[in-house]
Amino acid sequence: MINMSVTIAGVTLKNPVMTASGTFGSGQEYSEFVDLNRLGAVVTKGVANVPWSGNPTPRIAETYGGMLNAIGLQNPGMEVFCQRDIPFLKQYDTKIIVNVCGKTTEDYCEVVERLSEEPVDLLEINISCPNVKEGGIAFGQDPKAVEAITKEIKKRAKQPVIMKLSPNVTDITAMAKAAQAGGADALSLINTLTGMKIDVNRRCFSLANKTGGLSGPAVKPIAVRMVYQVANAVSIPVIGMGGITNTEDALEFLLAGATAVSVGTANFFYPTATVEIAEGIEQYLRENHFEDIRQIIGAVQ
Amino acid sequence: MSEKGKELGKILSQEVIGTEIYSMWIELPQISAHAKPGQFVSLFCTDKSRLLPRPISICEIEREKHALRLVYRVVGKGTKEFSKMNVGETLEVMGPLGNGFPIERMEEGKKAFLIGGGIGIPPMVELAKQLKGEKQMIVGYRDELFLTEELKKAGKVFIATEDGSTGVKGNVLDVIAHHQLDADVIYACGPTPMLRALKKYAEEKNIECWISMEEKMACGIGACLACVCQSKEIDGHSHVHNKRICKDGPVFLATEVEL
Repeated sequence: MINMSVTIAGVTLKNPVMTASGTFGSGQEYSEFVDLNRLGAVVTKGVANVPWSGNPTPRIAETYGGMLNAIGLQNPGMEVFCQRDIPFLKQYDTKIIVNVCGKTTEDYCEVVERLSEEPVDLLEINISCPNVKEGGIAFGQDPKAVEAITKEIKKRAKQPVIMKLSPNVTDITAMAKAAQAGGADALSLINTLTGMKIDVNRRCFSLANKTGGLSGPAVKPIAVRMVYQVANAVSIPVIGMGGITNTEDALEFLLAGATAVSVGTANFFYPTATVEIAEGIEQYLRENHFEDIRQIIGAVQ
Repeated sequence: MSEKGKELGKILSQEVIGTEIYSMWIELPQISAHAKPGQFVSLFCTDKSRLLPRPISICEIEREKHALRLVYRVVGKGTKEFSKMNVGETLEVMGPLGNGFPIERMEEGKKAFLIGGGIGIPPMVELAKQLKGEKQMIVGYRDELFLTEELKKAGKVFIATEDGSTGVKGNVLDVIAHHQLDADVIYACGPTPMLRALKKYAEEKNIECWISMEEKMACGIGACLACVCQSKEIDGHSHVHNKRICKDGPVFLATEVEL
């Protein structure tokens, strides 16, 4: 019997595979393709204190081996989310990680406080969305701001706090250390890389927002490098993501030091990727005579 | 489980029916068993540098043959790849997706316009086959015709061409005006300017009008919120004014959406 469970800030996940925020809604749509009971956790799309409309369309553009998105965190706000999405997820035997977004520190705190009464296992704080002007990324590119907002959230949060980091920085370890200093219980990375695509036939931007976040297989080597750097710079657990499409991709992140992994863009073209990766990791452990997934976390030499 | 699914489809035929316009029959037992007119499928590229599925409307459904007909225009590398595929080859398909046209809004004794513009014409073929009542097919082309023979089997076809080479010179509304046609219900698919004009026309004439919309999509099932359109009412998902074309549509009552 191989142990596939991992623990993040005292919360034990049956396996290290979760969904990446924004690619899986709150699970309803994908539950037609995936047995959510087989996931370590579902990470929801970002939730704000009030409904957000998001950006104008077109909101996505395909790029070589990747895609740009500028959805702009469209979401129904915390009340609808708590009344509709949490009860839906509670039907399943999986952990619930709620991604929280805001425009001001107060916005984030309001959502965190609202969620304190809810059966949510972990909070993931999105301080790294490249597609909203105020808030989001503004908090994630300055170590002082990262530490300050982490502290404010930690004062109010009843659940353990994961800070989601942006790769659009000079030194991601500085942000990671700042989040740790602010009291973060775990880190997740990477959010998307800011990119741009131009339609040469129409001589216009492919996205209405001009810029968008790059995700998909094209970003994976950057993500693996950053996860490795961060895992070696902090003592709190790291959740790795960025272009994971198959088992081998997920293993790279685990070997680089991630305690768990998130599958994002792959859901769009491979809806069953999450569960197949969970199975694939177990098979890899068996074939390589490991008894416990923890034996491979950070085991790269 | 749901009626939606992903399956490997075998190409039964592939032919060119116009400039850069292809017609492909694909064997899809699961999807064809549940498909309805106005729904679409997501086609996946074999070249994995192209991640996202291409949404293509369903042109015809043959349940006995367990097959769907897709008529598509080559507009980029993905559709180019599909057009190069041969009979017997397989591709991944997800579907049926979206809501489809409400055929129950028509009955014997009522008159409908089935309006297609350009590559918005294909979904009208299956709709014409399944719809009850009197069907008037109004189709607009740039110049070259396609699918008109199929449409003629279900009713009278009125053609507009931009260059006037066939039928009335102008657009679909020019054809309606030229022949002094009227209808109780409108079903339409085509470019946004056409849909915008039809929305206005239907509101002025007080005709029930169903339009099929299009937008860049990623997931195709309502999770990623890429393909939204502005809705008049608060939407059920995000409680803003954004309906999801892939999930809440692609067919909307014209009065429900802002164009």
